[in-house]
Amino acid sequence: MLEATELECERGGRKLFAGLSFQLGTGELLRIAGPNGSGKTSLLRILCGLLAPTQGEVRWKGARIAELREDYSRDLVYLGHAPAVKDDLTPYENLDIACRLMGAGVHQEALGWALSAFAVPDLPVRKLSQGQRRRAALARLLLSESVRLWLLDEPFAALDAAAAAYTEELVGRHLAAGGSVVYTTHQPTGIDARARVVQL
Amino acid sequence: MILTASRTLVRRDLLLALRRRSDVATALLFFIIVASLFPLGIGAEPNLLRSIAPGVIWVAALLSSMLSLSRLFAGDHADGTLEQLVLGAAPLGVVVASKTLAHWLVSGLPLVLIAPLIALQYDVAAELYGVLAVSLLLGTPILSIIGAIGAALTLGLRGGGVLLSLLVLPLYVPVLILGAGAVEMAGAGLSPSGQLLLLGAMLIVAAVFAPWATAAALRISLE
Repeated sequence: MLEATELECERGGRKLFAGLSFQLGTGELLRIAGPNGSGKTSLLRILCGLLAPTQGEVRWKGARIAELREDYSRDLVYLGHAPAVKDDLTPYENLDIACRLMGAGVHQEALGWALSAFAVPDLPVRKLSQGQRRRAALARLLLSESVRLWLLDEPFAALDAAAAAYTEELVGRHLAAGGSVVYTTHQPTGIDARARVVQL
Repeated sequence: MILTASRTLVRRDLLLALRRRSDVATALLFFIIVASLFPLGIGAEPNLLRSIAPGVIWVAALLSSMLSLSRLFAGDHADGTLEQLVLGAAPLGVVVASKTLAHWLVSGLPLVLIAPLIALQYDVAAELYGVLAVSLLLGTPILSIIGAIGAALTLGLRGGGVLLSLLVLPLYVPVLILGAGAVEMAGAGLSPSGQLLLLGAMLIVAAVFAPWATAAALRISLE
């Protein structure tokens, strides 16, 4: 499914990693591990096509992602370091817009259900805490179960135990349904045991 | 699906502008104040004011549209939304075009509407209001469209605002010449249609090609 060959990444004149190859099939979980500044986020950004690798290539279902562009984008959900929610909108509006931009119109009830599942209060995002913002961003996963590939950058950062456990459960369900997940984390989590590890 | 994404984005940016009205008001007030400073500084000499009016109003419009330009992508860049837009289902060129349209509706259209009021201060003949408004209606979208390229190129740079002005203002020159020229022609009793048609042609060419250049610049800035 997802296939990375001989990836090399250079940022600011410093080589972060080189010769990195791995594959990710359906129902597989991959953890990118490494200390701060080792290039975990860069690797995730390369995998979703935001960053071009210095060398090597990423293929999705056999085709290069640089050529697939939007066709690849439709098959993936990327949750980056920043929660990608607008301060001046409510979590509901944020989620609604995010889903529409992904090309999937979602019913009102589904949006409300996803947000209440993550216990996100209905306030402008400006008034939410760091963890609540993260929850508002993660609520998108509940509406993205049909999207094959999830790329999650530090999904557990700032989450409390309950929300982290719920996220783990979501990842588990997605894998069971034949999806693939790549994630980075600094704290030990319940899904680590199931994950293959790419060490940077 | 592309239309849905485009409509969603325009509506989102308008909603955001509505929730942050001060940003919109700043650019408009800037336009009004800059355009009002000239009569105060130059003095009440009706003939002189009448002859500099088109140029001054157009320069003020140029500067005012510069002011809001740096915010075009900066907000989305800071909170990570821009990455999601790049990874969205719609081609990036369409995303850029939609954002530019929303930017013009918020920062360009108010200038078009308020311009006759400014022209009043300069004792511009009433029959020129129409030409002034039409020239701004055709010209200000070009400012937003071309400015978007600069905004994308300087995204995330320190001191990007100043660099943005240096990059974009020279590109605004043809629009300025044609826009102010159309009003001057009409003032001299000639037909302004030549200038207006050229502005229209520039608008079409810019609207078709510039968003893709902006998209390419955005991809580079995001790397």
